[in-house]
Amino acid sequence: MSAETGTDTCPRVSRRFRLQWEEAQNAWVLLYPEGMVKLNQSAGEIMRRCDGSRTVSAIVADLEQAFGASGLADDVAKFLELARGQQWIEG
Amino acid sequence: MSATSIPAQPGPPLWLLAELTYRCPLHCAFCYNPVDFASSGPELSTDDWLRVLREARAAGSVQCGFSGGEPMLRDDLELLVAEAHRLGYYTNLLTSGVGLTPERAAALKDAGLDHIQLSFQDSTRELNDFLSHTRTFDLKQRVAALIKDNGWPMVMNCVIHRLNIDYIDRIIEMAVELGAEYLELANSQYYSWALLNRDQLLPTREQLERAERITNKYREKYGDRIRIFFVVPDYHEKRPKKCMNGWGNVFLTVTPDGTALPCHTAKMLPGLAFPNVREMGVREIWYESEGFNRYRGDGWMKDTCRSCPDKEKDLGGCRCQAYMLAGDPAAADPVCDKSPAHGVVVEALARAESGAGRTAPLVFRDPAASRRLAEGAG
Ligand code: SF4
Ligand code: SF4
Repeated sequence: MSAETGTDTCPRVSRRFRLQWEEAQNAWVLLYPEGMVKLNQSAGEIMRRCDGSRTVSAIVADLEQAFGASGLADDVAKFLELARGQQWIEG
Repeated sequence: MSATSIPAQPGPPLWLLAELTYRCPLHCAFCYNPVDFASSGPELSTDDWLRVLREARAAGSVQCGFSGGEPMLRDDLELLVAEAHRLGYYTNLLTSGVGLTPERAAALKDAGLDHIQLSFQDSTRELNDFLSHTRTFDLKQRVAALIKDNGWPMVMNCVIHRLNIDYIDRIIEMAVELGAEYLELANSQYYSWALLNRDQLLPTREQLERAERITNKYREKYGDRIRIFFVVPDYHEKRPKKCMNGWGNVFLTVTPDGTALPCHTAKMLPGLAFPNVREMGVREIWYESEGFNRYRGDGWMKDTCRSCPDKEKDLGGCRCQAYMLAGDPAAADPVCDKSPAHGVVVEALARAESGAGRTAPLVFRDPAASRRLAEGAG
């Protein structure tokens, strides 16, 4: 895991994007000037929790509780790394 | 996806392009509005547009572009943007900046406008030296400052053609100076007015290659400070573009008079009745109308495309280009070197190389020229 994606940072959706639930696509999407990224279910569930108030650990705990799963930390970290690379999230 | 015919149910019309008006104070020789725009029917009312916005949103549209002509000429623009924002669209305004005063920019911000794409257009008829035209530059500077002050991303677009392509360095410098974060250098596509002016506008291969080289140098020089997109003219390619990402696949255009189209030039296609939003709801238009269903899937294709291993890649290219250049909207796009009509593209390129026809006067877009052309055609 890279230094910037420590578990006590509070990621939030970047100001360049708008995250929104789209009923017609049954998916969370990221909107930006003249474009859109459709997120798969797990990406959407992680992104919607990136509100700048929760730490990565809190996001993981929340997801594990919501989906009755455990050991999600690595998957979440991996996705956040990718999301950062795409500049979908900051912080 | 199955090998033949229409997909069971196309996805939603994710992109709504609202062409609010064909009126425009400018006279671009590459204008993408239809050449007979001056004979089109009365513009939709505010209430019509509000209903279209609601219906399209309910059908799944999420990106909304307000364009024209010059959309700033509609004084209900702020109202329409506000409703689009309230409905949950991501709202884009495509403008030359003419008419964008500080007051209107503030009102658009309040209305929730997400993004402005500012185009470099020529406000004079001196196409050759518009770059040095101070009035144009002053206007862009004022508008660029407004865009920044309101916290919008700074996205610029410049249509590239034979007469300005050799000044690409100055265009990029100008965009940098104006603080653009994104710059789209979009080579003219040869439809509508640009088709009339093709001999004068189509660049040579050498011009194009030089422009790409220079663009790459600037990309290295400025890195993340400005992201530059360079769109090559499809005539110079061997394979056509996947036009509109597929016919009736994601794009829904509504023209000023309410005609619903799969792309903004499709109205030219013969034998197709396109519905009007005054008479039909958006959902029905998208899923049921003959106009939208005609070129979905591959059942309509001629052998050249139907038997082609690449058909999923480009879906046979652009129907309008096939009609304009091969006389048949179901033919392969003649840009494709497998198309039996590819010769017309080769010939246009040869004319560009030899400079044939380039001294003929440009036809500038304006209502009088439009009426003349419509009469000539009729
Ligand atoms: S291309 Fe030029 S003339 Fe045509 S609508 Fe745009 S600004 Fe107006
Ligand atoms: S033959 Fe048709 S489908 Fe094949 S590459 Fe050419 S245009 Fe596309």
